[in-house]
Amino acid sequence: MNSGRIKAIVMRHLYLYKGRSLPRFMDIFFWPVMTLLTWGFFSVYLGKLNLGNINIISVLLGAVVFWEIVQMSQQAVSVYFLEDVWEKNFLNIFVTPLTLGEFFAATAILAIIKIIITAAVLLTVAYFSYHYSIFTLGFAVIPYALNLFIFGMVIAIFINAIILRFGTSAQVLAFGVILILQPLSAVFYPVTALPSFIQPISRILPTTYVFEAMRATLAGGVFDTTSFLLALGLNIFYFIVVCFFFSTMFKIVKRKGILLKVQN
Amino acid sequence: MNVIEVKNLTKDFGDFRAVNDLSFSIEEGKITALLGPNGAGKTTTIQMLLDIITPTSGSISFFGKDLHTNKEEILSKVNFSSPYVALPSNLTVMENLLTFARLYGVKKPKQKIEELADFFEIRNLLPRMTTSLSTGQLTRVNLTKAFVNDPKVLLLDEATASLDPYIADKTLTVLERMQKERKVTILYTSHNMAEIERLCDRVIFINKGTLRDDGTPQELMSKFGHKDLNDVFISIATEEE
Ligand SMILES: Nc1ncnc2c1ncn2[C@@H]1O[C@H](COP(=O)(O)OP(=O)(O)OP(=O)(O)O)[C@@H](O)[C@H]1O
Ligand SMILES: [Mg+2]
Repeated sequence: MNSGRIKAIVMRHLYLYKGRSLPRFMDIFFWPVMTLLTWGFFSVYLGKLNLGNINIISVLLGAVVFWEIVQMSQQAVSVYFLEDVWEKNFLNIFVTPLTLGEFFAATAILAIIKIIITAAVLLTVAYFSYHYSIFTLGFAVIPYALNLFIFGMVIAIFINAIILRFGTSAQVLAFGVILILQPLSAVFYPVTALPSFIQPISRILPTTYVFEAMRATLAGGVFDTTSFLLALGLNIFYFIVVCFFFSTMFKIVKRKGILLKVQN
Repeated sequence: MNVIEVKNLTKDFGDFRAVNDLSFSIEEGKITALLGPNGAGKTTTIQMLLDIITPTSGSISFFGKDLHTNKEEILSKVNFSSPYVALPSNLTVMENLLTFARLYGVKKPKQKIEELADFFEIRNLLPRMTTSLSTGQLTRVNLTKAFVNDPKVLLLDEATASLDPYIADKTLTVLERMQKERKVTILYTSHNMAEIERLCDRVIFINKGTLRDDGTPQELMSKFGHKDLNDVFISIATEEE
């Protein structure tokens, strides 16, 4: 890994934020806050209905903020990849000494920057609007967030591989993946709320363990080490698989001679 | 010394053979044209030289080293320009060039870019958004990018298409100067025969993926008994295999 080349890719994307792109800022600030507000008002309403003694605000807003991490990580890594495809710059980049590993390291750094900024904004809004603080979860926030971030990247690399191989027409389909994964990840409800034939699928997703653990921590105040390790193990496994998948797709694309055509 | 060595290079796309058992070597500091009709296999060959297309068989080496196993080292000394790849339109010219300077590990990137920008007369374009440039201006920016790492080898795929005669002339002068002063080796495709007569030490002619002729422009003209390369091109393009 060459840090100069990673920096080149990171800077190339940071330039885009230099006061010239409203949509890009909305991506960081506006849309996530809107989601948070919707769920925030909803949980305030549920709270007033007095549905027992669980802290609905904590559970729902915790879920919203955490799911936002998966989604932002996935979107960031996909969009920073697609940016060069859309701009027909892909070939230029891959005839430099840049390696695939460096390229994805750069997108991961960008995703982390984006997530930290968005999370800070969301948590501030949540704190002042609903007196909600994710740090009621204690130090557990960090390992949970890490797992969610890695899984977002896994999905993104998968999506990127599909787009690389089948072109931007596969874009819509590819981005749908995340919508399938949300209900399966037991974000807002326990796995047991899912139909029994779907539960096994849910249990092979690292995200499921994070959200189950989050609820357990909120209920009992303990950090669920088993769930954390299960999530991490699954993440590492999927990460290796998806990197292999991407590099296989890259090889196929080079053999078919369609790297140039990806961008058209 | 041979800077590029291509041996028995073949590329099949499914049943279709785009490049057929092509072998050639290119000496250091020479400007060589890769000529041939549309669909002859020039772009495919250049992209194999850049490891963007994987050959079906055959070998490619630069500076005596195999491309496949020394990719990172080789690509850092090579550069490429073609109108079919673009630079991000939503960055300024300077930001674009800085990105590539960093990707190639250029030591003092700003200084290098300004020096090249003077050379290609694009200094005033540096702060402009890339999207606002005219085609010819873009081509010059692309060429600046191609020189940003002081390449030992430059692969140009129709890089001078769409330049006005004045800038085309300047570009050729720059290429000649780069060749003389820095011994840059250039492999070059173009459909402009006058340009090739002026610039190239040697012409490699391919048709249907197969090597047809190889020699200096003068050699080819006398061999085919024509006064210019245009007629040579037509003769070779229409000959039966
Ligand atoms: N990815 C691909 N899949 C299938 N066939 C391809 C692919 N790329 C190129 N070809 C075919 O291979 C042949 C050589 O194409 P290539 O682009 O190398 O030609 P060229 O010499 O650069 O032509 P031009 O002067 O038009 O640029 C053409 O018949 C083309 O249709
Ligand atoms: Mg071509």
